[in-house]
Amino acid sequence: MSTALGFVAFVLHTALMLAAAPVAAGLVRWLKGRLLGRAGPPPWQPWLEIVRLSRKQPVFAENASFVFRWAPGVVFAATLAAAALVPSFALHMTTAPIADLIVLAGLLSLGRAALALAAMDVGTAFGGIGASREMTFAAYAEPALVLVLTIFTFALLASTTNLDALAAQLHDFAFGLRVSLGLALLSLLGVALADSGRLPVDNPASHLELAMVHEAMVLEYSGPPLALLELSACLRLLLWMTLIGTLFAPFGLGPADAGPAGWLAGLLGWAFRVVVLSAALALLESTLAKMRVFRVPEFLGVAVLLALLAVVFLFVSQGFA
Amino acid sequence: MSAVLLLILACVVAALAALGLCAAVLPRRIALLHAVAAGLCGAGAAITLAGTPGASVALPVGLPGMAIHLALDPLSRPFLVLVFGASAAALTAATDVHGPEDVRAAPFLPVFVACMAFALLAADAFGLLLGFEAMSVASWALVLARHADAEARDAAALYLGMAAFSAACLVIAVAMLAMPSPDLTFASMRQHPPDGAWAAGVLGLATLGAGAKAGLFPLHVWLPRAHPVAPAPASALMSGAMTKVALYVLARILFDLCGDATPVWWGVPLVVLGAASATIGVLRAVLEDDLKAALACSTVENVGLIAIGFGLALAARGADLAPLAALALGAALLHVLAHGTFKTLLFLGAGAADHAAGTRLLSRLGGLVHHMPVTTGCMIAGCAALAALPPSSGFASEWMLLQSALAAPRIGGLALQTLFACAAALIALAAALAATACVRIIGVGFLGRPRVPRTAGAQEPALPVRAALIALSVLTAFIGLFPGLVLRLIDPALRHLVGGGIAATSLFIATSHDSPGYAPLAIGVLLAAGAALPLLVLRRRRMQERDAPAWACGFAASPPWLPFGDPATQYGAASFAQPVRRTLGTLMLATEQSTPADPGSPVPARLVAGFTDPAEPLLFVPVGRVRLRLSSAFDRLQFLTVRRTLSLMFAVLLLFLTAIAVLEAL
Repeated sequence: MSTALGFVAFVLHTALMLAAAPVAAGLVRWLKGRLLGRAGPPPWQPWLEIVRLSRKQPVFAENASFVFRWAPGVVFAATLAAAALVPSFALHMTTAPIADLIVLAGLLSLGRAALALAAMDVGTAFGGIGASREMTFAAYAEPALVLVLTIFTFALLASTTNLDALAAQLHDFAFGLRVSLGLALLSLLGVALADSGRLPVDNPASHLELAMVHEAMVLEYSGPPLALLELSACLRLLLWMTLIGTLFAPFGLGPADAGPAGWLAGLLGWAFRVVVLSAALALLESTLAKMRVFRVPEFLGVAVLLALLAVVFLFVSQGFA
Repeated sequence: MSAVLLLILACVVAALAALGLCAAVLPRRIALLHAVAAGLCGAGAAITLAGTPGASVALPVGLPGMAIHLALDPLSRPFLVLVFGASAAALTAATDVHGPEDVRAAPFLPVFVACMAFALLAADAFGLLLGFEAMSVASWALVLARHADAEARDAAALYLGMAAFSAACLVIAVAMLAMPSPDLTFASMRQHPPDGAWAAGVLGLATLGAGAKAGLFPLHVWLPRAHPVAPAPASALMSGAMTKVALYVLARILFDLCGDATPVWWGVPLVVLGAASATIGVLRAVLEDDLKAALACSTVENVGLIAIGFGLALAARGADLAPLAALALGAALLHVLAHGTFKTLLFLGAGAADHAAGTRLLSRLGGLVHHMPVTTGCMIAGCAALAALPPSSGFASEWMLLQSALAAPRIGGLALQTLFACAAALIALAAALAATACVRIIGVGFLGRPRVPRTAGAQEPALPVRAALIALSVLTAFIGLFPGLVLRLIDPALRHLVGGGIAATSLFIATSHDSPGYAPLAIGVLLAAGAALPLLVLRRRRMQERDAPAWACGFAASPPWLPFGDPATQYGAASFAQPVRRTLGTLMLATEQSTPADPGSPVPARLVAGFTDPAEPLLFVPVGRVRLRLSSAFDRLQFLTVRRTLSLMFAVLLLFLTAIAVLEAL
């Protein structure tokens, strides 16, 4: 029974992630519009765009090879696989034993590398600009991520980086309130902003090619492949929101075998976390300007240092305990 | 039974050496001889896999009054499988003979393999050193295959110097180890481990000696020079297999011959040097323009990662944390096998690109994917493993390495904890920059548009090379999807050296038996399902796709005299690396000289960017200066008169005799 429920929860979770991803991105856009005094597009606008794109005829550049054709599938698969691993409304889903945080980082890295290769494939300058910048930012984001991981594994004595096990322990408040946790949250927020390509690192609504990162990489795509990449980008944003929510505010999360009645609290909690984080992101994006590209490594370097500081704090405090 | 298999293995090694001699006298039959050698290596790998560790034989040759012992023990077995497997692939690719340098390299290639296998099979100190040094000399000859190039001669001279330094350190280290023991066999040396300052001396000398050969910072400078100039199969073996033999010597001395009561701090130098190698190596891999040099630099990075694994395992063993030590050493040994496989693949692919396009420089390659789809596909498979992308082989081992680095703070002590946390962060940095280097290698070298006309006429390599590339890609994918099966080969070594095993089934690797872990096949299934989903949804309205000129924000089509477009409008090797150079370049002592053009001036603006490996000004330049000063000081001795020369020799003789007499009396 519990395996069946775990599987149902997994399928439902994946479907909900897919369905909600464009809505979350649309919500941020709508809130930003409201904050700027515009009516703003409805939150489901990204879905309409994705559906419209998927109906169009795909146009490929003459020089495009198989890499360009296959990359959107790989990007989507990697992002969806990563999204399937992050518990949203229920713990102990079927994927729980493989929901490892390092694997998650690896899957995001796979999607990033596939998109960067596709961007290089046509041989235009913009693709190269985007790919080179995206890969450079990742070199700062990943150490910060691993240091944050150190905090969790060490503080919880979990001896695992399994997201499900960590979330279960955090849900039981095994961690307590710590300075390290606050610093880790800040660091992870910086990494999330960079990885999902939001302001101040990258502007998803940019029309200025020289300032683009993600948009420069998808510049040559059209039709269904572009729809797939847009969907993946939305999914990446929702994935980060869910991940941060699950790690730092795991209220309402119950085991998957609690059944649909038990999932309701989890669903409400998840929706609440996503809405709060979307609002925070909208507020952040409407108050911040985009950074110069070479300021981004400094921004992410701060994230690395914060995480390192948090780690040292933790070691010192545990040493005295 | 096992002793018979061991004797057969010894015969395989002897036959490989004999094949090398045949190649020297039969230059027209090289392809055939290499094919036979490849078959022998394949058989050797199969026999090693079939044999059970434990057998030992004594050969009736060696130092006066002493036999050379051969054995197949738990530690040497995975290394031997790697060396034979990688050599089978490299020798298969070597049957495709192109130029005079391939003919010149031909006799040394099987001999090189034989020496590596001999060093791994040896069960006594003399055999180990004999095989190791013969391997150095054979590979030096391979580096010299293009001796007409000054670049190759310089690289070979540097390589020989480093090999001599490594030999000097290793011979002393092994002598210090063998001092308390009655004979030179590993079995008896293991019974008499060194202690105190002796042991620390052995640690230092072994790390320097084996590290210089493996490419540990700061002794890695020769790798990016020597590996690119050797013919492709030779450089593939030097990077894929020979560095691993050096790591085997390091593991043999530190984990086995020094006994199992080593203190915790022994891990520290290896973790520090490993982290430095990983960072410097991968940074250079991002910056290098030469495709094979970039790959050689990434070898430095991977050797650094393996050294971190060794260091963590030593520290954990010192703290009596056997499961953690097994995890770290298991990660290191799995990475040895994974890296050995995919680096051989990448070097063979780079050789194919070099031959097809006539250049190894990324700034002149490009657009090879249209003419060499198989090679490009195999290179992408190898690069995915190099970049540690799941579910590839590199990810499995780096997952284990990161897990052990994350668990290592349990060893205790604030300084150690901080060191291990920094090591974990640097492992992540290395993985991320390795992904950058891979995207650059594939994206600039193989994708995009050709940068020079020659590249547009590239062709797929000959059938044996393609076969080797595909076989290695399949093997890499296998290691990636079933790391648990590969760990079974490693597990006896872990039980033997650190007294713990790995919690792994064939489909699952975990940090401990009751914790969740990494299941590559499940991740692969998840990825396949994710990729199939859009295909299923979009299948109903399958649309005719259309080709059109690239959009590039409305950039005008190129004029007819530029059939592949203007090369300057494509992102190149240097421009791709520019953000990394700008932000992390201080570590590589990067220099930039920009000469802006005045407004309205027809003079082009210039940006000259370069970098120096920090080991060169810090270590090699001062050492070179001292050497020059010493040699010019001693040069005077050459021009003494006969009378003075004779009296000098007489004085030296007297000094020696006195010294011996004094030492005897002590």
